Amino acid sequence: MFRFAIKMLFGDSAKFYGILLGLGFASLLIAQQASIFVGLISRTFAFIGEVGHVDLWVFDPTQSYVDEPKPLRTTALDRVRGVTGVEWAAPLYKGLLVATLPDGSRQVCDVLGIDDDTLAGGPVEIVSGSLADLRLPDAVMAEVGSSQQRLKFPAELPPGAVPAPGQKFDPLGPKRAVEIGDIIELNERRARVVGLVKCAETFVPAPTLYTVYSRAITFAPPSRRVMSAVLVKAAPDVTPATLAQRIRDETGLAALTPSEYSERTLGYWLRETGIPINFGIAIALGFFVGVAIAGQMFYNFTLDNLRYFGAFKAMGASTRTLLGMVALQALVAGVLGLGLGLGAVSVFGLNASGGKLAFKMLWQIPLIAAAAVLIICVFASVISMWKVIRLDPADVFKGA
Amino acid sequence: MSTQHTIVEAHPIAIRLRNVTKTFGRGESAVAALRGIDIDIPAGELTMLVGPSGCGKTTLISILAGLLARDGGELRVFGQDLATLKRDRLARWRRDNVGFIFQQFNLVPQLTVAENVSVPLVLQGESVASAVRRANELLETLGLEGRGKSAPLNLSGGQQQRVAIARALIHDPRLLVCDEPTSALDAELGRRVMELIRGRSTSPDRAVVVVTHDDRIFHLADSIAHLDDGRIDQLHRVPRDTPARAAH
Ligand SMILES: Nc1ncnc2c1ncn2[C@@H]1O[C@H](COP(=O)(O)OP(=O)(O)OP(=O)(O)O)[C@@H](O)[C@H]1O
Ligand SMILES: [Mg+2]
Repeated sequence: MFRFAIKMLFGDSAKFYGILLGLGFASLLIAQQASIFVGLISRTFAFIGEVGHVDLWVFDPTQSYVDEPKPLRTTALDRVRGVTGVEWAAPLYKGLLVATLPDGSRQVCDVLGIDDDTLAGGPVEIVSGSLADLRLPDAVMAEVGSSQQRLKFPAELPPGAVPAPGQKFDPLGPKRAVEIGDIIELNERRARVVGLVKCAETFVPAPTLYTVYSRAITFAPPSRRVMSAVLVKAAPDVTPATLAQRIRDETGLAALTPSEYSERTLGYWLRETGIPINFGIAIALGFFVGVAIAGQMFYNFTLDNLRYFGAFKAMGASTRTLLGMVALQALVAGVLGLGLGLGAVSVFGLNASGGKLAFKMLWQIPLIAAAAVLIICVFASVISMWKVIRLDPADVFKGA
Repeated sequence: MSTQHTIVEAHPIAIRLRNVTKTFGRGESAVAALRGIDIDIPAGELTMLVGPSGCGKTTLISILAGLLARDGGELRVFGQDLATLKRDRLARWRRDNVGFIFQQFNLVPQLTVAENVSVPLVLQGESVASAVRRANELLETLGLEGRGKSAPLNLSGGQQQRVAIARALIHDPRLLVCDEPTSALDAELGRRVMELIRGRSTSPDRAVVVVTHDDRIFHLADSIAHLDDGRIDQLHRVPRDTPARAAH
């Protein structure tokens, strides 16, 4: 009878496609919105993960997320270095500065200053050039290959060329991407691109410029507090947790492992912004649309077939057999609908990857969508089963 | 209260009812559908139930076929007291012993004709492939050869009714119950369908009960029970030597 149950489902094509679309749409909405949510929210702490080989981040205790500008005094570096168990400690500058391009256009950049000596905290992927070149005069490395790459130069200006005095560029003219040798101005100081790097997409959609710490603070507006954080490597004989406690006790600064710092940043964005609520609403909407469309179509499908179920019951089908048929129909519709939805999300995700849209499908997300579809199907089939259980086989003789 | 109707010169009893009662609802709105039915339905015969609308015909065959529980009285169908069977056992008993022909054919539109016919066998655990094969063989004997793969809705009303008959007969049930099997058919088709049904009643361990309003088919019955207001008020044996009967 199970084969007949499947045929009954597939055979009623209008309802079947309706159910499929409903479930597909629900799982699409749930998985896609959840993936964008995860993608977007993980951009808030993506930078922390990008700084490798670091055991601890030391920063102002009142800072609640990595991009919050609450710089430390330069003396904090020496105080951290003075804590026993610190193998090395490196300063980090991170700040938004305005760059002026040769054509006069201006662009906010996320400027990162890394330790002059160790170059700790450098970019993960260098596209061209060498990290050591950052030590050359005026050197910076510029981000390319992401949706956040915004340093655009007039196409007529060759890499490294300086505009002739009085040369004007059409602001709407053709543009080219930044190249090695290009000159930009940061806070009225000259900066020369010596390399191109790739960076994680971050929440602040500004192109990243890497340079050394000592130069970064000359780009930054003068202040006694310019150091964004101190990056710490723990000595082999001390655990990061112990060292973090020691640093907190001795310096009064916050000290967290990269994952703790990521969590703190994530927590801030989740707590303080409407992002989770917004996505939560979209996901809930997907779920209820699924229940409303697919659930109720499935119920209608069962109602349509009730007289046949009644005939089967009269002919001696056990209630168990009939419920099995309904459950199987719901299961098949659920699996196919889920596949449709997740397939669509995957296509969407492949197209979105590398683009402006944050999209990150964790392995949990398909499971969540599957669970949601399962709940919808169970809900739909249970109310349908209720009808089938209540079905009086004697009703088959009643005219319909 | 009730008059007992016994049939002379009849075959052994297939179904025995004594003072069977059935009331729907309770209190003010209670409807006494059967008020004490006494009848012996012989094996090897076709028994028709006739009577005005609402007199309890459908209720009565529903009880005979194990679809509905009686409220009181005695009932034995091939010696089995259906009241002693639990719901699932009763379903199995119907599956193995009863064939149904409904006024609404109740053919599943998404299944092929042969698949519809095969349902009783599949319910008995036979594989779909072999059940469908047997269904096609039976359809052939009913003049529906080559129609096994059709969709039921592509068939005429008479063909659909023959499919429904095939479905009722495929598992060779001991009891065949039909509620108004000819009411949706024209006179000629109705007669042909009834002859098919009647052909089943001659074997001595079978019984056929047909509810009908259709006086054009009365002559095909062996006996006709007339119901009125929940009671059998006449039981009429159709003479053996009617032309239709003789021709059979
Ligand atoms: N499930 C039910 N609930 C309440 N009353 C019912 C139910 N089934 C039948 N009845 C009532 O019982 C009586 C007998 O009904 P039944 O269907 O047996 O009549 P019938 O002889 O088959 O009529 P018809 O020729 O119109 O089909 C009617 O009064 C009917 O309204
Ligand atoms: Mg009736």
